[in-house]
Amino acid sequence: MGDDGFNFPLPSQIEDVPGAEGWRSMYQYFTRFQPEDDNRFWFHNAMHFPEPIPAFDTVTSEVPYTAIGANTARVFVFPTTLGIEHRIVNGRVYITAIPVTDPAEIERRLAIFTERAGYYYENWDALYDGWKTRMAALIDQIEAVKVPELPEFDSVEVVTGSQGVAQNHYVRENFHKCLDLYSKMWHHHTEFLMLGYGAYVVFFEFCKKAFPEIPDQMVARMVAGIDVIMYRPDDELRQLARLAVECGIDDEFIENRPPAEVLAALGERGEAGQRWLAAFEKARIPWFHVSTGDGFYHHHRSWNDDLTVPFAALPRYVRMVRDGEQLSRPTEQLKQERERIVAEYRALLVSDSERAAFDQMLGLSRVVFPYVEDHKFYCEHWFTTQFFAKIREFGVLLARAGVLAEAEDIFHLHHTEIDQALTDVMLAWAAGSEPLGARHFGPIIAERKRMLEVLKGWSPPPAVGPVPEALNDPAVRMLWGVTAETLATWAAAADSDGHEIRGYAASPGVVEGVARVLHSVNEIGQVRDGEILVCAVTAPSWAPVFGKIKAAVSDIGGTMSHAAIVAREYGMPAVVGTGHATKKIKTGQTIRVDGDRGIVRILG
Amino acid sequence: MTDLTRPLTAMGAGHRLVAGGKGASLGELCRAELPVPPGFVVTVQAFERAMLTIDPSGEFVREVSRLPAGDVGTIERVTAALRARITAAPLSRDLANAITAGYRALAAPDEPGGAPVAVRSSATTEDITDASFAGLQDTYLWVRGTASVLRHVRRCWASLYNTEAVSYRLRRQVPEEHAAMAVVVQRMVDPRSAGVMFTCSPTTGDRSVVAIEGSWGLGSVLVSGEVTPDSFVVSKVTGEIVRRNVAAKLRLHQLDPAGSGTCAGDVPAELREQPCLTDPEIRALARLAAQVERHYGTAQDIEWALTPDGGVHLLQSRAETVWAARTARPLAVPKASPMQHVFEQLSRPALVDHPAERATES
Repeated sequence: MGDDGFNFPLPSQIEDVPGAEGWRSMYQYFTRFQPEDDNRFWFHNAMHFPEPIPAFDTVTSEVPYTAIGANTARVFVFPTTLGIEHRIVNGRVYITAIPVTDPAEIERRLAIFTERAGYYYENWDALYDGWKTRMAALIDQIEAVKVPELPEFDSVEVVTGSQGVAQNHYVRENFHKCLDLYSKMWHHHTEFLMLGYGAYVVFFEFCKKAFPEIPDQMVARMVAGIDVIMYRPDDELRQLARLAVECGIDDEFIENRPPAEVLAALGERGEAGQRWLAAFEKARIPWFHVSTGDGFYHHHRSWNDDLTVPFAALPRYVRMVRDGEQLSRPTEQLKQERERIVAEYRALLVSDSERAAFDQMLGLSRVVFPYVEDHKFYCEHWFTTQFFAKIREFGVLLARAGVLAEAEDIFHLHHTEIDQALTDVMLAWAAGSEPLGARHFGPIIAERKRMLEVLKGWSPPPAVGPVPEALNDPAVRMLWGVTAETLATWAAAADSDGHEIRGYAASPGVVEGVARVLHSVNEIGQVRDGEILVCAVTAPSWAPVFGKIKAAVSDIGGTMSHAAIVAREYGMPAVVGTGHATKKIKTGQTIRVDGDRGIVRILG
Repeated sequence: MTDLTRPLTAMGAGHRLVAGGKGASLGELCRAELPVPPGFVVTVQAFERAMLTIDPSGEFVREVSRLPAGDVGTIERVTAALRARITAAPLSRDLANAITAGYRALAAPDEPGGAPVAVRSSATTEDITDASFAGLQDTYLWVRGTASVLRHVRRCWASLYNTEAVSYRLRRQVPEEHAAMAVVVQRMVDPRSAGVMFTCSPTTGDRSVVAIEGSWGLGSVLVSGEVTPDSFVVSKVTGEIVRRNVAAKLRLHQLDPAGSGTCAGDVPAELREQPCLTDPEIRALARLAAQVERHYGTAQDIEWALTPDGGVHLLQSRAETVWAARTARPLAVPKASPMQHVFEQLSRPALVDHPAERATES
């Protein structure tokens, strides 16, 4: 299999990165590649984990994969696929979906799936409304979690209310509450997601068969919503820019001016300033709870946590308003164009009967798509940024107790280790002694920080193990964009001349320009006007940066990835799912992005 | 004009028995107000009248009908003699006059010697939807001067008896009585680039796209197989160029430096790896292709040429025969409930094609 076709290295052939041989100490035993894992296909989940993951952040693989597999394999009982397994090597997460191949087993599972998935598809809108209510409740709960401060003497209410439970108890209980809520959020997240991808993949593959030359993004365009929540934060910014001009206080928005300074200055601008500030505060909740990343790392802060990203976009939007440029998305026009595309493809089908089938598949895809497009705002953005903020507060507690040198160090401990550190603090507070954690965790954290730096330099192979027989998991195909074609692309990348990188043609057009390679979302401020963004993966909140760049290239992602969607929205070429672009391209190089063919060429 | 020659603009799809397949199709394109180089047709009637003189007893038909379909040697021997008789026979005065008048009318005032023209065979049996006769008969490019035009008209007539054409008719059992030849005389287009385009994908049959192939110079270089053309796939729905493959085009066909006829040459080094069409040109061609397809109501196979000023010219359009012959089976039928599509699809494994396995199959 794949002997003279393509070959990926085996998991066991991956060597420890020199200088970071101790990486295993950061991760749990159940994340390690086993010898028998050489017999299976795995791919680097660079979409969610482009950077080496700190110990705490493994929670963003551990928890999602407990939830996604539970829903796929155990709750809805997908016929041909079980859940997703993950492994960590050299700080990177590799995943594989476990397929079901035995026809009798598929048949048995199908009977259950039909009943259960059918219930959700039939009642989708009502169930999705219920989902939003449940998600709002979870967000309320995570925001309400109190991190005990452990003052010298406990509150008098413990006595007058005869509560009988001292504050140090709540240290662990509330820490666990954060993890438990995070876990529940992920269960709800995947409750609808796999069914959504399941419906979309059917329409997608029908279109690919009926129109073998149809670009992936065209299929997406037929299904995509127009009023998508993920556009909302950026839309809010544009409205704030318009308001600034309207109020005559737009002169305060100057490139590179710190947000705090802008806000202070606006406070001095009388009624106009107050009017803008009030609108700003209104927009912040919830729209600025958007993450600058996509919620898989603790350093993916929200706009509310760090106003730099939204304030970096405002001066440009203000300029556009002043120049009379169209700032709002032409939704009516987009909608008409979408319907025209649908009508034309539909007309090309061979019979009325086929058209009726097309209508059914498109209809169902459009039913599920609002969830596919919108859930991230509630889950990965709003909830998750609040979750990390709470964990950070526990970091503050540990730092105050002397266990950690600084609050952020908490993210270099696995949650089970944080449990230990918190127990240490609970004991010491009770005993009136000093916690012992600093001596224990101090050197561990220092070593982990050092190793993460070393691991950043590693280029993980996009895939390891033998080429799989089947790729049954709808999310693997539609979300991660891993298809037979991707595998061939990844394999071919190894033997091209090194100047050409292939991926998915995600958004049409051809441009040349200077590359800006971002390895982490925190570098987003480095992007200059007219550059071509090259990154592992983009998140929806990067939308403002798309106003600056002229093309986008990503390591991972299918046509439904954010880079692809946003690039199409902005009408700029994009090539996604290249596997290697951030490794092969250096900032400052001139590159040509061919979004028609899915090819990026390094010109020099 | 007489019934011996007719302007292209007077022809249409119903005139195959007057203008031959190519002449009728070009006339139809003119009627649809599509850009076709101006020209006229030497009609089937002119051919038939000439043949009455060359072959009064109808022996051509008898001899050819008797030939063994598979015996190329015999076919070549017999048809060479027939061809020689046609090219040797002088044209009647009224036909020569009619052609001369038609030819002169194509010349611009600054072309006292006559316009450069293409003299193209247009058989009545060619371009029938179910039988692609393309390229079996002769076409002569860059013909100049009255005498040369008259000579090439006879050569086109003779090419009705080309070995390949006769073999094809015998094999396909086309009755020899039905074989007759008109000739199209058209102003020559001096193309910067030329090629073919299909109103569906020739490789997948996808009707949502136009597939364009092109190279530098005359389109004959594509037919002769001397270059790998550039290829572009354009969505009819959005006009987007969804696929492009720019090939290294080493050879081109062009006007012979002697002033008439064509010759092969090397593409200048700096042009070889350049696309032979700009994006706006690609989109304009695709729009034109879709227009032709709409006019005919069936998928078309179109020859085009592009002049240095960016002008597009259509040189031929015929029904696409490969995919049209396949009856498309519906990929899906409606179900009692939309979600049953999901149940069906998600219970089917999504197999990965292994290249090694694919290689052994092909």
